[in-house]
Amino acid sequence: MSKAGLDQDVFIELRQVHKTLGWQHILRGVDLKVMRGETLVIIGPSGEGKTVMMKHVIGLMRADSGEVIVDGVHMEKMREREMRPIRAKVSMMFQNAALFDAMTVEENVAFPLVESGIRDRKEIRDRVQEALEVVDLAEHGKKLPVNLSGGMRKRAGIARAIVTRSQCILYDEPTASLDPMVSDVIDQMILRMQKRYHITSLVVTHDMKSMFKIANRIAMLKDGVIRFLGTPDELRASSDPLVHDFIEGRSGVTA
Amino acid sequence: MELLRLPGRLFLDFLHYLGQLAALVGDLGYSARQGILRLKMVAHQIVAIGYGSQTVVVVTGAFTGAVFTFQTYTKFKEFGVESSVGAIVAIALCRELGPVLAGLMVAGRVGAAMAADIGTMKVTEQIDALRVMGVDPVGYLVMPRFIAMMISMPLLIAESITFGLLASYAVTVYGYQVPPPWFMTHMVEHTNMTDLAVGMIKGFVFGIIITLVSCHQGLMAKDGAVGVGIGTTRAVVIASLALLVSNFFLSILLNYFFPMGATS
Ligand SMILES: Nc1ncnc2c1ncn2[C@@H]1O[C@H](COP(=O)(O)OP(=O)(O)OP(=O)(O)O)[C@@H](O)[C@H]1O
Ligand SMILES: [Mg+2]
Repeated sequence: MSKAGLDQDVFIELRQVHKTLGWQHILRGVDLKVMRGETLVIIGPSGEGKTVMMKHVIGLMRADSGEVIVDGVHMEKMREREMRPIRAKVSMMFQNAALFDAMTVEENVAFPLVESGIRDRKEIRDRVQEALEVVDLAEHGKKLPVNLSGGMRKRAGIARAIVTRSQCILYDEPTASLDPMVSDVIDQMILRMQKRYHITSLVVTHDMKSMFKIANRIAMLKDGVIRFLGTPDELRASSDPLVHDFIEGRSGVTA
Repeated sequence: MELLRLPGRLFLDFLHYLGQLAALVGDLGYSARQGILRLKMVAHQIVAIGYGSQTVVVVTGAFTGAVFTFQTYTKFKEFGVESSVGAIVAIALCRELGPVLAGLMVAGRVGAAMAADIGTMKVTEQIDALRVMGVDPVGYLVMPRFIAMMISMPLLIAESITFGLLASYAVTVYGYQVPPPWFMTHMVEHTNMTDLAVGMIKGFVFGIIITLVSCHQGLMAKDGAVGVGIGTTRAVVIASLALLVSNFFLSILLNYFFPMGATS
């Protein structure tokens, strides 16, 4: 923030990113900048490539062409082994939670802490407990992931993503399959993380209510490109009928 | 033209496969140089692989020893050389039957488990989750299994051979009423520790083959549960065949260093 020049404040930048998976040309030149400390929400039809785009940011997928720059580092030029420092700064919550099913919820949440080199047992226990309380799972820490409900698994995934307090957190549909109350808890948590720790968040969601609560800016992915990018107010005022239909949930199909 | 193309294609696939295994070895080397030794995971794997495979290996060894003794004894008696049964059985068990049969059983049991465990983690994105947290999946998942197998396999083979010899002793001494000294003298005279060493070295190499092949299948798994099933089957088949083929070359090589029946 103290650094000179506006571009210094860009945390994530995608430039003309293309990706083909199988026969599908999924990303067709995505351009996007995420500022440091902002919460950017990505919306778009299901199967449009939102998860794929997110995986490019953390280096799980490689762009066929184009550039992915995270905190000033070119991800597309890096070898897997060299990504460790970036991955210490960015954590990700998977759409399907991707919990380690051989470990309890607590062990899952403790895992990134242990792997980041923290050895103090008490500190680990306290931070795990704190993260579980944030997602309202404190009593379920001893359970195995297979014995959790869908929403609980999702929340355990969120706890594991936030426990390290990375500079940037990627959430892939954090509030899907959660009831409205718990959704609000998660939304408030994302807001609090931003306020308190100045954390950059990239959130993929289909939950319009949640989106308007947390978003500083919203990007809509459609046909492999960013079709809309702007603040929530600009989104409401958008004249693009497609954007309108999407946020209002009008499919044009009639009974 | 097509007929010529097919063998070429298969050969290229084979080279490609070897290349992937070599890459896995490279990753293991890298992870070894990182110097992160996950002792707890290694211990866990030794229990799962070594301790857990004992029943399989003991039963395999014992019944191989028993049936081989039974067959040999019947034939040897015709020639009046039944006293050398102990020696023949011991050499065969130490050098070939023990390591190969126990190795095949472990390839089935442990190879399948490795491919299925790692494959499931792959298709449920748990491996991606590891990567995102900056943890190298090869170092975290393959390395401990690799070390555990290198430690466990020679011991399992030795155990299998031991029970094979005990069974052989039981069959000759109690089944055919051969005086124990006869059996023992010939066995001790014609075998020595190098024969056991050959078996254990083979076990060590088989352990490496099983781990590499099975973990590779796991890491490459795709297409959900079906893919994991296919990978698991493939792991067992490839590991078993590779084990048999490598056994042939190992026998030749090891016989050069540890000649068979070196009695002095
Ligand atoms: N590993 C892969 N191999 C092949 N195709 C893939 C792979 N991952 C995703 N796809 C395809 O890419 C497209 C985009 O998938 P993605 O998961 O990014 O959608 P999404 O926008 O996140 O959808 P949703 O909102 O339903 O989560 C889909 O058509 C999907 O089938
Ligand atoms: Mg998705």
